[in-house]
Amino acid sequence: MNPLTLSLSKGTELFLAEWWDIRDLGNPVARFLELVDDAGGPDWLPYVISGVIGILAITGWLVTSQLAFVWIERRLISRIQVRVGPNRVGPMGLLQPVADAIKLLTKEAITVQAADRWVFWLAPSLVVLPALLAFAVVPFGEQMVLADLSVGVLFVIASSSLATIAVFMAGWSSNNKYSLLGAMRSVAMFISYEVPQVMALLAITIFTSTMSLSGIVNWQEEYHVWFIFLQPLAFLVFLIAGAVEVNRSPTDISEAESEIVAGYHTEYSGIKFGFFYVAEYFATFGIAAVGVTLFLGGWTLFGLEEWIPGWMLFLGKVYGFFFLFIWSRGTLPRLRIDQLMSFAWKFLLPISLVNVLLVGLEVLLWQENGLSAGLVLPIFAVVNFAMAGLLIYAWAKLMRPLSQRAPRVRLMQEVGAIVYGQEAEA
Amino acid sequence: MTDTGTIVAFWALAALTLGAAVLAATTRNLLHAVLALILSFIGVAGLYITLSADFVAVAQVLIYAGAIAVLIIFAIMLTPNAGRRNDETFFRLPALGIAAVMASTLAAVGVATDWPQATRGPFTETSQAIGEAMLNQYILPFEIASVLLLVAMLGAIVIVRED
Repeated sequence: MNPLTLSLSKGTELFLAEWWDIRDLGNPVARFLELVDDAGGPDWLPYVISGVIGILAITGWLVTSQLAFVWIERRLISRIQVRVGPNRVGPMGLLQPVADAIKLLTKEAITVQAADRWVFWLAPSLVVLPALLAFAVVPFGEQMVLADLSVGVLFVIASSSLATIAVFMAGWSSNNKYSLLGAMRSVAMFISYEVPQVMALLAITIFTSTMSLSGIVNWQEEYHVWFIFLQPLAFLVFLIAGAVEVNRSPTDISEAESEIVAGYHTEYSGIKFGFFYVAEYFATFGIAAVGVTLFLGGWTLFGLEEWIPGWMLFLGKVYGFFFLFIWSRGTLPRLRIDQLMSFAWKFLLPISLVNVLLVGLEVLLWQENGLSAGLVLPIFAVVNFAMAGLLIYAWAKLMRPLSQRAPRVRLMQEVGAIVYGQEAEA
Repeated sequence: MTDTGTIVAFWALAALTLGAAVLAATTRNLLHAVLALILSFIGVAGLYITLSADFVAVAQVLIYAGAIAVLIIFAIMLTPNAGRRNDETFFRLPALGIAAVMASTLAAVGVATDWPQATRGPFTETSQAIGEAMLNQYILPFEIASVLLLVAMLGAIVIVRED
């Protein structure tokens, strides 16, 4: 018996002994990888195999969730808008996403004659990449993470900032003024909302003193508190900036159909449009996953993860987070671009800066005096909640006279908005 | 650099970086040049990863590919006739001169410096060390850089202000 078969049979025993335990989805995979390692192949083989398994699992989950949520979102929005929604294809319209996918795949993907051909083709495939990248560092359960980077939070921000470039490529290469307007709006929005988002995440990393997403989950588990209770203001900022980043209503001004046709993907049809559509869902799932990990305790639920698999809790929370986006899409009107921009710079940025200062002071007090966490954290939570309310109220009060000023007509018209009653003299 | 993986990664990333850089310098279309430049930035980030500098690599993607590129894109969008062919220019000779000076300076630095050989140890966390260095030893340059950026931002606001 050669050593390979020996270790294989040994591994199979271990494999079978643990297989019944569905709570550890990662366990069989870990066993399998140990097995590969023992089999005496090259060093890099387990890494490659675990990478392939992880990528296939995450992409498969994303695609199925996306198909499901296309249907759920359309039905929910319909309920909010007092209509029925898709109900013809299959029972209760359940097969509607499949029909949509077939339609997108079979329709002609037109390339505009005056388009910048290479960039026009490249943009739809590049736009999906950043949305997928974020999932590489998100822990789906205990030790169920593709790459537990020590700079995970920074990686999430960096990968999401790359989406801007793909969107801009689409808008520019279409050779269409509405596309370019949409792309310009999108770039302006991305860089504006990135700043408060980074400030919100900075507040978290000051508390945890680690940037690894698993480390942040472990911190929340260790101190039995979620960051949504400890950092309500950061959560709010993250939620708003996230909604802007994934380009969904009410902040979807870069594809606002009532103003600029469909923004940067006006000229895309067939599966090329499908890529943009899918990327939006992937990015929303990405924001939801990161938000759940950072603010809602990731795969933990105050001890319940002992009984229910952590990845199920995680997915449940992600779907719940996604519901927030659907809800706001169904209930809030679309913002105007100047409102959205000034909201980022004049409202979110100052209050998140004050929040970072506050967090720094709290952590300093806590660490320097060696106070016990059980005593300090509840006080911090109460103080932060009070400060969040106070800051929002005070800042809104302070900014009111400014926001009631007449909008600046020239700047707004440059970004493609029409100001009724204030048309500029030609 | 001893194991095969690092060597393969180094040469592939170096080829990507240099190829994209050459493309950025030679293409006639401004936007294609920017896109090639972004690819080059990402190649440099990959090179940092082969040197186990995780924080610097991610910061490279975030700042250069994410922010500087967007800045250049804004500059292009605000340039009249950005879509025209850019080979007819009388700045060709000054540009060549500046490029030659830059290249010779970089080459001189490259030759004169005694480069340490990178040893591929385990991945150590670098972000904490960088943070501590910035807020202890190098606090003054760090603050000066922050103030400089703030002044630049204020200046930009003053320039575009209408009333």
